[in-house]
Amino acid sequence: MYDKLVYELSKNTKVAYSLPKSLIKDYALPKELTRELPLDLPEISELDCVRHYTNLSLKNFGVDQGFYPLGSCTMKYNPKINEEIASLASFKNIHPLQSEESVQGLMQIYYETSQMLASLTGMSEFTFNPFAGAHGELTGLMIMKQYHLSRGDLKRTKVIVPDSAHGTNPASSALCGFEVVTVESNPDGTVDVNKLKSLLDDTIAGIMMTNPNTLGIFEKDVLEISKLLHDNGSLLYYDGANLNAILGVAKPALMGFDIMHINLHKTFSTPHGGGGPGSGAVGVVEELVDLLPNPRIAYEDGKYKFKSTSPLRVSNFYGNSNVVIKAWCYILTLGKENISNVAKYAVLNANYVKESLKDDYKLPITNICKHEVVFDGLISEKASTLDVAKRLLDYGYHPPTIYFPLLFHQALMIEPTENESKETLDEFINCLHKIAKEAIEDPNILLDAPHSTILKRIDDVRAARFPILTYKDYLANKDQF
Amino acid sequence: MFKVLENLKYSKTHEWVSVSDGVGTVGITDFAQHSLGTIVYVEGYEPGEEVSQGGECGAVESVKAASDIMAPVSGEVLEVNEEVLNNPELLNDDPYTNWILKIKLSDEDELNALLDAKDYEKEQK
Amino acid sequence: MFKYFPHTLEDEKEMLKKVNLKELDDLFSDVDPSVKIKDPNELNLPLSHSEIELRRKAKKIANKNKELICFAGGGSYDCYTPSVINTLTSRQEFLTSYTPYQAEISQGTLAYIFEYQSLICELTGMDVSNASNYDGATAAMETMLMCINQTRKNNIIIANDFSPSVKDVVKTLANMHGINLIEADINNIDEYLNNDLAGLLLANPNYYGEIKDYTSLISKVHTSSKALVSMYVDPSTLSLLKTPREMGADIACGEAQTLGIPMSFGGPYLGFISTLSKYVRKLPGRIVGMTKDKEGKRAFVLTLQAREQHIRREKANSNICSNQSLMALHATIYASLLGKQGLKEVAKTAYNNMRYLTEKLEETKKFKLLNKNPFFKEALFETSFDVSKFLSYMESKDILAGIKVDDNKILVCATEMRTLEEMNEYVKLVEAYDVR
Repeated sequence: MYDKLVYELSKNTKVAYSLPKSLIKDYALPKELTRELPLDLPEISELDCVRHYTNLSLKNFGVDQGFYPLGSCTMKYNPKINEEIASLASFKNIHPLQSEESVQGLMQIYYETSQMLASLTGMSEFTFNPFAGAHGELTGLMIMKQYHLSRGDLKRTKVIVPDSAHGTNPASSALCGFEVVTVESNPDGTVDVNKLKSLLDDTIAGIMMTNPNTLGIFEKDVLEISKLLHDNGSLLYYDGANLNAILGVAKPALMGFDIMHINLHKTFSTPHGGGGPGSGAVGVVEELVDLLPNPRIAYEDGKYKFKSTSPLRVSNFYGNSNVVIKAWCYILTLGKENISNVAKYAVLNANYVKESLKDDYKLPITNICKHEVVFDGLISEKASTLDVAKRLLDYGYHPPTIYFPLLFHQALMIEPTENESKETLDEFINCLHKIAKEAIEDPNILLDAPHSTILKRIDDVRAARFPILTYKDYLANKDQF
Repeated sequence: MFKVLENLKYSKTHEWVSVSDGVGTVGITDFAQHSLGTIVYVEGYEPGEEVSQGGECGAVESVKAASDIMAPVSGEVLEVNEEVLNNPELLNDDPYTNWILKIKLSDEDELNALLDAKDYEKEQK
Repeated sequence: MFKYFPHTLEDEKEMLKKVNLKELDDLFSDVDPSVKIKDPNELNLPLSHSEIELRRKAKKIANKNKELICFAGGGSYDCYTPSVINTLTSRQEFLTSYTPYQAEISQGTLAYIFEYQSLICELTGMDVSNASNYDGATAAMETMLMCINQTRKNNIIIANDFSPSVKDVVKTLANMHGINLIEADINNIDEYLNNDLAGLLLANPNYYGEIKDYTSLISKVHTSSKALVSMYVDPSTLSLLKTPREMGADIACGEAQTLGIPMSFGGPYLGFISTLSKYVRKLPGRIVGMTKDKEGKRAFVLTLQAREQHIRREKANSNICSNQSLMALHATIYASLLGKQGLKEVAKTAYNNMRYLTEKLEETKKFKLLNKNPFFKEALFETSFDVSKFLSYMESKDILAGIKVDDNKILVCATEMRTLEEMNEYVKLVEAYDVR
């Protein structure tokens, strides 16, 4: 197994670059501003570098390799044409502060993508300045807060978050200076409307909801909830983490949501890149457009223009432009005739998996699910959800999300996107049946899994107790390895 | 059943305190260490800082969980147990001898708001 | 059939049968009809584009952008991207994978993040780094929160020579979070140096490219308050410049776009935060650590997760739950290719270029240098003419001449990418520029 760090390839005086010879004289750097610390960086050849990162890549698992049913992450196929287009030189070699006249193409892509997302969601306008879902949440909550402040309504200091929400919802609320009030769920995972009613008063700025929620269940009372909140003078935030379940089928704005974010890296097919760059596009209804963070992009008199209308700013420039370009490509490729099939096939796939596995895995909620299904561990209870997940690695799958949502102790959340074929799903289902059988016949196979990966189970207690976070830390503790 | 000591006072948030000469010695309970799992990190407020009953005075972390330590009594932090800070797993070994903070009580009456061993035992059920 | 949907009609029928439904629409029977899209034709979307049509349309739009010879900085810099980088970062194993939760099949991502953390620490002189942030502005914002969380105080000073947009991002969060943010001239902060101060945010280089030695200021802050000092730096300069660590800063953060990342209209870029070991638990975001698997092999894993939102929820250090992973890979490969020597060469070239250009611009008498301190790759000038008109004129010659700071002030930048010929051309155009 390849097991090197780039620092370990280093040999004095090797180089992997060539730069033009300077034709101007050398100016001295002031001595008091000069670095005295030694600089230990790798010295390698170009081929060393290429081999090293190629070998590292082989220790990863990507969507192009195999099924990636990671619940709540929407690991769909990342179309290659999107990459080709986003890497065009006249998109890449553009300075963000060039004149409007010289960036009309990029502004057009931003504007059109905003318009198309608005049509799909019922919102009025989108900003692409936020970099990720959690950043979108923060931006949306800032808009919510600013809305109340701008009306002189200073009492609204609390945000309601369902107990089933992603951890980012309460974290974003706290970051935005809100107090978090948790509303409990019904046994089927939906918001308990009576409990919600009891929380409403004039200190509630709004509610954050994910719909379908984190259990993959559509909030059946959403219209009643939005009426309650609006009558209370509060706003509704739609966490678009699960938008893939209703894309082209239903609109959040029609449900009564005022602000939402979309993870373009989930629903609109842009790659996750091992953790980023993504895009947390934020959309709002007409009444709130002037609060969208600066700068916005408008189309006036046949030209695209920047404008600033808000007291808010959330990023240095305009977010991750290449992610927006890829999302634009995706929407154009689908077109209006295909886009509603995204949600339909995603939901069909999830329900198919649900019906196919319920004899071996506990199914706490039996209703029709949306784009993902949550099981609560093996019916046999012979092994934990963690063991099942690790065993899936042996069979060449990326495991589903485990131990989330927190409502079920052995949660196993499967999200098969619309791109997966019946053949792929059948193989996966058979595999999970086989694992369930193994758990009964020889549970140790699961408890010791994975067996075939390059590494066995990893000691994360050690990692947290004795943090080794850099190559230098490692050198200082080399005797332990 | 988790260990509960007779002579201590307990908070509902699973801290214990024992008071002598106006100084409270504070730690987390056996129930708390057990729910967290293997503890990898402990942090306490620094000597000189004021804490108030029910407010934060530190934090404990395991790999997959974290919890704030809530002060069972108000007052000034006098001392932090460096040995525990350096060896957090001591809390798993014995959470009652391995205290975390010493607090100079500003109001001894506050102790009445805490649970005795019997009531705390009920609390865990 | 459509290329992204693999379901044949027969598949669809069998699957619907398995779930006891008649048609696809029945999957949404729990969704109130009033919130549904009745007819996709009502959507304001174009019809499906084939790959050929899409490519044609995109090229046409892309051509409306103008690639210019770039003399602008202000937070985005034209820099050298070795060709190796794109080949490697576009490998599907890096590009299409998720955040490395499943350590056994994510060792590639985890290993390069570990290398990235090592790189950032090496450049800044700090002990620990997170796995990266969205951009420099959000990184600066997060360090403000670190100061608040560490000291449990609520006053923050931000130097007034930060980039205006970075300042706006920090201010926006401070307003929302209820932080008392004081914008001040750094020579004039004595009145705030007291027990209520949580942090001081410095920019070095500042917005005008100026570099300073903050050692004595930082030491004064540390002796007169409990505050942490966060320094916003350009990592591409740190192979030469005195590091934040050497100046005594507690946190180094900034924008690492300058490590070979294309300008891309302002993003994706690469924010970073590094700090001293003792503040590691106040760092926001992902951190990768080295450990062992149960057979004793060296392994990497996401660690110190108890700081994060999925565990702490509203008590987390931050709401961030991702990073700019692929850009961290980009910068790590860049630094590996350039190495110790190459980074110094690149930095020195930029420094020399800007010094040369400044000399030549001052010789025209139409540009007056306003910087009072040494500067690195950009500088502020007063012009004898209207900057907006000058910028348009230069754009007509395919040159982005700088950033307008006000009617008679321009921020000009020369990175390692500018050639002697290009700089001489710039100067020649200035000389010929008709002021009227």
